[in-house]
Amino acid sequence: MSSDNVRFVDFKSDKQPTWCPGCGDFGTMNGMMKALAQTGNTPDDTFVVAGIGCSGKIGTYMHSYALHGVHGRALPVGTGVKMANPDLEVMVAGGDGDGYSIGAGHFVHAVRRNVDMTYVVMDNRIYGLTKGQFSPTSREDFETSTSPDGTHQQPINPLALAMAAGGSFIAQSFSSDAQRHAEIVQKAVEHDGFGFVNVFSPCVTFNDVDTYDYFRDSLVDVGDSDHDPTDYDAAKEKILDRETEYQGVLYQDESSTPYNELEGATENMADIEESPPEEAMDLVREFY
Amino acid sequence: MTEDLNWAVGGEAGDGIDSTGKIFAQALSRAGRHVFTSKDFASRIRGGYTAYKVRTSVDRVESVVDRLDILIALTERTVEENMDELHDDSIIIFDGERSMMSDFEAPGEMFGLDVPLKRLAEDAGGAIMRNIVALGAACEVSEFPIENLDESLEKRFGNKGESIVANNKEAARLGQEYVQEEYDLSTPYELETTDNDYVLLNGDEAIGMGAIAAGCRFYAGYPITPATDVMTYLKGRIERFGGNVVQAEDELSAINMALGAARAGARSMTATSGPGIDLMAETFGLIATSETPLVIADVMRSGPSTGMPTKQEQGDLNMALYGGHGEIPRFVLAPSSVSECFWKTVEAFNLAEQYQTPVYVLSDLAMAVTEQTFPPEVFDMDDVEIDRGKVVDEDSIEEWQDESGHFKPHAITDDGVSPRAFPGTEEGAHMSTGLEHDELGRRTESTDMRIEQVDKRNRKVETAREQEDLSPREFGNEDSDNLVVSWGSNEGALREAIDLLEEDDVDIRVLSVPYLFPRPDLTEEFERAEDVVVVECNATGQFADVLEHDTLQRVQRVNKYNGVRFKADELAGELKEALGIVDEAEVQA
Ligand SMILES: Cc1ncc(C[n+]2csc(CCOP(=O)(O)OP(=O)(O)O)c2C)c(N)n1
Ligand code: SF4
Repeated sequence: MSSDNVRFVDFKSDKQPTWCPGCGDFGTMNGMMKALAQTGNTPDDTFVVAGIGCSGKIGTYMHSYALHGVHGRALPVGTGVKMANPDLEVMVAGGDGDGYSIGAGHFVHAVRRNVDMTYVVMDNRIYGLTKGQFSPTSREDFETSTSPDGTHQQPINPLALAMAAGGSFIAQSFSSDAQRHAEIVQKAVEHDGFGFVNVFSPCVTFNDVDTYDYFRDSLVDVGDSDHDPTDYDAAKEKILDRETEYQGVLYQDESSTPYNELEGATENMADIEESPPEEAMDLVREFY
Repeated sequence: MTEDLNWAVGGEAGDGIDSTGKIFAQALSRAGRHVFTSKDFASRIRGGYTAYKVRTSVDRVESVVDRLDILIALTERTVEENMDELHDDSIIIFDGERSMMSDFEAPGEMFGLDVPLKRLAEDAGGAIMRNIVALGAACEVSEFPIENLDESLEKRFGNKGESIVANNKEAARLGQEYVQEEYDLSTPYELETTDNDYVLLNGDEAIGMGAIAAGCRFYAGYPITPATDVMTYLKGRIERFGGNVVQAEDELSAINMALGAARAGARSMTATSGPGIDLMAETFGLIATSETPLVIADVMRSGPSTGMPTKQEQGDLNMALYGGHGEIPRFVLAPSSVSECFWKTVEAFNLAEQYQTPVYVLSDLAMAVTEQTFPPEVFDMDDVEIDRGKVVDEDSIEEWQDESGHFKPHAITDDGVSPRAFPGTEEGAHMSTGLEHDELGRRTESTDMRIEQVDKRNRKVETAREQEDLSPREFGNEDSDNLVVSWGSNEGALREAIDLLEEDDVDIRVLSVPYLFPRPDLTEEFERAEDVVVVECNATGQFADVLEHDTLQRVQRVNKYNGVRFKADELAGELKEALGIVDEAEVQA
């Protein structure tokens, strides 16, 4: 498939999603597919890594090279893929539980490592697949089966976490604002480095607080103001603002160099000869 | 007289014990002598007793023995720790001007060689070289040409400048001359040199070298004793061949990175030790179900939990055979020497890709910290073959597509092995998952497909049993009724134990088993033998259990789990006991 005639439906598999009707993940996925097509990628040169959760099912519904891994570990897989073959477009997707709970350690380190890939978190502020327990982004007073009178824990601010870890691209979007969401993910894909997008992707079955209406009414788009994402202090102010939730690219360091480039991982490591390289005997001689 | 000399330098961690020992071992190796080194060390960086032991002979040496001929003791504790191995002809080199050794008197008939190490080192340019002064003294005592030490010093300090090298050579000379002038010594020791060329390396280095030779290009790991040397070896070397090493944030990440690289088509590996293997267990299942080729080296140490991080054990066998939930086809290979660490790693990469499974290389601390000499031809790269298995390209992919043109990464095949399409291959886009899946890699709960996929994956094991030569290595007296079975690093001690047993008119036949899963069927071997003894470094006899299960026969067990590898002489004694052969001398006593 040449990249000229790729359409976003080419990234769709023929498997029908089993998400609940109305789930935010439909819109999140569509935006991801659009972003990939618009940046000229093809399913054959794209690798999608998915975590576990309703969100993690995305690898099944998209058509590309893909791995649906274990809970919380999608980012290291993506790192390995990109290091081994930097020609591939690597996109990693997962939920807020997947990414900020069991995978929180990997999240911080993936941000800090700044491998050139895109990370999309479908943040519904709840555990969907395990049927409605609170997640790391759930509000303190959020009542669920495992928090009957609230979580008694502060929610994580993923954007702040990414900023603290030295993120080079930090964005937030809303799955139902289709156009804008696709545009933001596209910017993440185009970013040279780790493109992180936290997507509000409402769970219509288990979360009656962080709903479509809530986000529609409360989200402020930084694109509507004169926010300069390259201005670190301005970004910090917005990211740490407890009163307002934003969508758009909050921070971007356009001059950062991705880890894979710094480490000189520029060749496709799949290409090896049928025998050891000529110079291999030098490895033995070193031990004289 | 003595061709087989045992030598050690001991002191406190931080005293430069390791580099001193290594310099001497390298000098011996370059002088054409065989070397086998071992280390006593504690899990701390400074303080605490530590020693580096070198056994050397003109003939091959494959294990350690309970004997020390020359000991450089930087502390009195060094002498105490090794008392059992010292004998009347032992020579102890010490610095009587150092407060901690000022009152030292050599025990029994042993010879205490008092050399002012620090003072002479200062004369040569710095107190730091006192160990080199001791090496010079050791050369004199063992009639080892000091010129051979020079080469080793050049190699060690060459990058620090000529004057440093010259100072070190001078330090060694001062040590040698001091002994010549102050002592009229005639010792039973003489370290002959030969024209042979040997290389000297340890098991972790051999694993790393094997990986590069086999085309491994990606390594992700997290530091842990005694596996870290694999990573430090690869870092800085693998890049020369277009590869990369990532130090991950933990083992969960390491194995997942390695998995990602493998799915991208790279030959990829990780190495760790027991606690890390535990963390990797969940992903181990994913590797198997997603049919991703991956090599995992487990350099075992004493467990459970953090156990004894710097001590030997072969305690992870059960974990390697059964670890991970559900049922997982895999290969478990156990190299039995440093050179085998190289070859089994090479083989592991081929098996991983031919069968698309995870492959364990079960090494251990004893091999990881042991440096051994080999003729370089042992690592002849021309003998390394790379077989990438069933990889499809644009042309051959059609064969493996369904009616609607989708590639089938988990196609049901007779031999259990499906085709692989590296990402980037046109028309090959597909997903794989840890969920049970159909031929296309898509989740399924179909009862029929579940059975087909499970059977398909397990068929790989049957195919391997048919296609691979899994036979054990055999040595000793092939007609003997006494069958000894072992796996991993015990082989060297067994090879030497055979000679010792022969002296006592006891013969044994040994099978050293490098394929632990799939493994050879030893039923007939067991039936032929009168007594079967299984030797392993663990308390419960994990391999013995497995063999009893396979062969429906009871076996004797020789187990060691105090944290120290088997020594040849000790093992010979234990074997006699297990075989019911009692020394007459002991009976009389
Ligand atoms: C090691 C492990 N622990 C627990 C689970 C069970 N589990 C599956 S999905 C999930 C939570 C998913 O939540 P989130 O990432 O927010 O995704 P969502 O389903 O909400 O999209 C959990 C705990 C698992 N699969 N693996
Ligand atoms: S449970 Fe929630 S997150 Fe999962 S599919 Fe349904 S709506 Fe979406």
